[in-house]
Order: sequence, then structure tokens, then C-alpha cells
Amino acid sequence: METILTVNHLTKKFGPLVAVKDLSFTIEKGNVYGLLGPNGSGKSTTLGIVLNVVNKTSGSFSWFDGNTSTHQALKKVGAIIERPNFYPYLSARQNLRLVCRIKEVPYGQIEEKLRLVGLWDRRDSKFRTFSLGMKQRLAIASALLNDPEILILDEPTNGLDPQGIHQIRELIKKIASEGTTILLASHLLDEVEKVCSHVVILRKGVNLYSGTVDGMLASHGFFELRAENQQALREFLENLPAVSRVEEENGLLTAYLKDPMDAVTMNRLCYENQIVLSHVVRRKESLEQQFLTITNHQDAQ
Amino acid sequence: MKRLLHIECIKLWNNRSSRVLIISYFVLLTSIALIAAIKFDIGPIQFHLAEQGIFNFPYIWHFNTFVAAIFKLFLAIVIVSMMSNEYTNKTIKQNLIDGLSKKEFIASKFLTVLVFAGISTLFVFVVSLILGGIYSDYTELSIVFSDMEFLLAFFVKLVGFFSFCLFLGILVKRSAFALGFLIIWSILEQVIFGVLGWKFVSWETAKTIKSFLPLESMANLIKEPFTRLNAVQSVANQIGEKLDLNYQVHWYEFLLVAAWTALFLYGSLALLKKRDL
Repeated sequence: METILTVNHLTKKFGPLVAVKDLSFTIEKGNVYGLLGPNGSGKSTTLGIVLNVVNKTSGSFSWFDGNTSTHQALKKVGAIIERPNFYPYLSARQNLRLVCRIKEVPYGQIEEKLRLVGLWDRRDSKFRTFSLGMKQRLAIASALLNDPEILILDEPTNGLDPQGIHQIRELIKKIASEGTTILLASHLLDEVEKVCSHVVILRKGVNLYSGTVDGMLASHGFFELRAENQQALREFLENLPAVSRVEEENGLLTAYLKDPMDAVTMNRLCYENQIVLSHVVRRKESLEQQFLTITNHQDAQ
Repeated sequence: MKRLLHIECIKLWNNRSSRVLIISYFVLLTSIALIAAIKFDIGPIQFHLAEQGIFNFPYIWHFNTFVAAIFKLFLAIVIVSMMSNEYTNKTIKQNLIDGLSKKEFIASKFLTVLVFAGISTLFVFVVSLILGGIYSDYTELSIVFSDMEFLLAFFVKLVGFFSFCLFLGILVKRSAFALGFLIIWSILEQVIFGVLGWKFVSWETAKTIKSFLPLESMANLIKEPFTRLNAVQSVANQIGEKLDLNYQVHWYEFLLVAAWTALFLYGSLALLKKRDL
């Protein structure tokens, strides 16, 4: 598999504060990565370092095969970090022309990308007249101008209204479906869950997990159960070898599995033990629950 | 190089205030020609400034480059703001992310400075040539094209001054404060001179030290031309004062300004490299 970005033992200190601590991960072509972490966990700093705007304290990173200089490599990258930064007095089209000049690509793609993000009708309006959602969409158009090998998005839906969020997400999905590698930094877990195949989880600058989303959700899930005789059900579940622990909430028993088991088997086992279920649902843990488990686990240590 | 200039051109020319300032600067440069129109007609005394020898070759090179350099402040505003606006709009960050290297970023600004200084020099050259052609008493080619070092001095002076502006734009990051700093610095050079001469060393040594400071070294490239006028000198002779001034442009003065220019560029790049954006 072709490697796009390799990060090795990257550390960044702001005075006494360690923003990124000994971080390592690799990004392979064709995958959609989520860079997860609460606010202030070092996501933007990490992106800033690999994008040449923040100086690293130690460690290294390399783009592509490692033989190109960072600024040459960045011409093959499309990136938006935090707020969209453009010249307020230039029109959408003029701003994109400037980006074309910097990236050394012809002007030919401007119309296509402006149409893609739905800004072609506003092509000659000055950037300062745009709403935040439009600014963000222009930033995406700008990042796509060179048909990048990788698209880096740092909290692209931050500060947008629900409609804007929806538009941006649809755009990201569309771009991902065309096979572009994406690195999406966010603290919105459902956003990451919906589009990403791989995740890197950061907390206080430390890498807590890096791998596939499926691998992260590799637990066997849990059952939500209710019966007429809750007491008997609880006792039965606690003695079942496949169940690791049982919790009760709002009259529902939650049984976490340590071995795989499907709903039919669970139902049959209960029935054979004279327990009649009125409610049985098998669920997988969401990324959010898993994320909280991982970050809390780190807290406990 | 063409690419970098084109990038800067898109940024500058589409900004209305920069465009107005650039145009007014070049209009003002041309307006040196208006000095020729200064005429007094008081009864029997007729005074026509253009006839007083200020447009004689080769003196005109000295006079016009000196006067034209006064207008450089207009471009200074443009240059300081083209640098600091990149910070206030955070577009410098986006430029770097889009794949401009930090060296290229400084280079694009410096190339713009070179172009501004070059066009200014060309303007002064053409305007002086025309004015001289009309009013000069001497029009032999060898005289017309002597003392051309004043044009080179003008170019070097502008490049040095604008590089200082670039550096201040990066250092201070806010155009208004950077311009304020420029004014404070020009006062500061005089204060350093005053304090040194008053308390520490002789006035002579203080003057030498002052001539090494950036703005003073740029000012020394083209010395004031007025005392060189025949009219002024004859008045001075009449009141028994002997004006013995050195008007020449010296090679070490070029070197000094070139050194400051290099230092400002290096400083700008170092600041840009060191800072996190």
C-alpha cells in the first residue's frame, strides 16, 4: 500500500505545555482517517506541524516517499485548517486563481470545483460578503483545485448551522466515495463514525489508539433485555459464561458480552430457563461510547 | 520568479487602497515636473525656478532623486500593509499550507520591492531626462549622462527602505503599529545620536556612529542638493560663509545600505521560520 504521510515520535511543546507527545502514525492511500480527540488534545497542532506552519520540537514526519520537500509535497495536498482564510477583497474566483498560482496548477479546474461546492453563481462576489458556510465551501473548493492526493480537514463543520453541516458532510462523503484519501480532524464522533474507516485518537497530545474503526469497535456488543421477572433474569445473566457484566437502567438490563452471541440464542436460552422476555435488542457500542471508554481508561491510569 | 510576482500582483492590484496609493505615488513622482511651473512675477523682478539651474544636467539627477525619495512614504504604507495584512487575514498561513515555502513567501515580497524601486527609478530617469531636455543649459551627451550614480543610489535607497518596511511588517504584524514603529525609529536614531554626543563620545564620533544606523545610512546615500546650487553658493559667498560639502555618493555607503537590506531580509525569514502561525 502506498504511504502518504508518516509521522514518527512527533513532539511539540509550547513552553511548559506539551501539546503533542511522542505521536506516531501513518496514513495510507485510499483510506478515510479520523483524527479524534477533545478540544485541546493536539489535533490542530499536529496538522499544523505536518502542514509547515507550526515548528516541531522533536521527532519527524515525511510526505509521500520522503524525498520531496514539505512545501513541494503540500502542492499535492488540499488542506483547510480551522477558519477559511482568504483575501476578503478578492472575489471567489480571484482567490482560487491565486491558489492555482501557488500550487502551480492551471486555472481550468476553477469552474468545476466552484460548481461542485455550489458557489459558481457567486463566483464574482467578494469573499467578505460570504456567509460562514459559503466561506467553508470555498475553502473546500480551494483545497480540491489540484485534485489532491489527500484532503485534510480540521473541524470543517465547526460553527455552521445544521444545513451547513449537512452540506459539508455530503460533500465529504462525495469526495471520499471518489477515492480521495481524507484526514478529518474532529471532536464530533458521529461525524467521524459516518465517514471514516480508520481513526487516530488523541488525548492531551498522547496517541491512545490508532487503527481501523471496526477494530476499535471489536467488542462483541451488548444486549438490552426486559422480562416479567427481572430478578430471575438478572441472576440468570450473571451466571451466563458469555456475559461479562450486567447493569440495570430504567427497568432495562444491559448485559455486556465477552463472547459472541446472537439474539436468537439468547432468547432460546432464556426460554429454556423459564424466563419469558418482553424486550430483547442486541446492540454494538457506538464510537462515542468506545471513545469515552478509551479516554476514561487513560484517566484512571 | 514570474510566478511569485504574479501572485503578489493579484494580491496588491485588486486591493483598492493599495491601488490608489500606488497610483498616487507615481502621479506624485511625475509631478516633480511641476516645479518647473514655479514662477514669480513681481514687477521688475522675474523669478522662474526652472531657470535657476536646478534642471541643469548633471545636477538634475541629484536634485530629482533627492526630491523623489521624499514620496517613498506612500509606497512604504503599501509595503507595510501588504505584509501585515497577510497576518491579519491569516492568509500567510493558507499560503504556506497551499505549498508556498517560507523562502518563496519572502522572495515574492522582496521581488515586489525590487519592481517598485525599479519602476520608480525609471520614472525619475524619464521625467528628469525630459525636464533637463527642456530647461538644461548643457545638452551634450557626455554631460547629460554623467553623475548617473545618483540614480543607482536612488534605487538602492528605495530597496533598503522598503526592505526595512517589510521587516517591520513581519515583526509587528499590524500595519498601523508597524508604521508607528517606523516613525519612532526615525526619531530614535536622532535620540541615539544626541545621547551619544552629549554624554559618551565626541560629536564627531557620534555622527559617525549615526551614519551606520539604517535610516541615516539610507539618507546619506543622496545628500541634500540645495547648497550645491550656484545661486545658493553665491549668496553664501557674499555673507562670507564657505560651503564645503561632499556631495558624492561613496561606495561604502552603497555597501552599508546593501548590508542593512540583507540583514532585514534575513531577519524577516528568520522571524517567519521561528514563529508558529
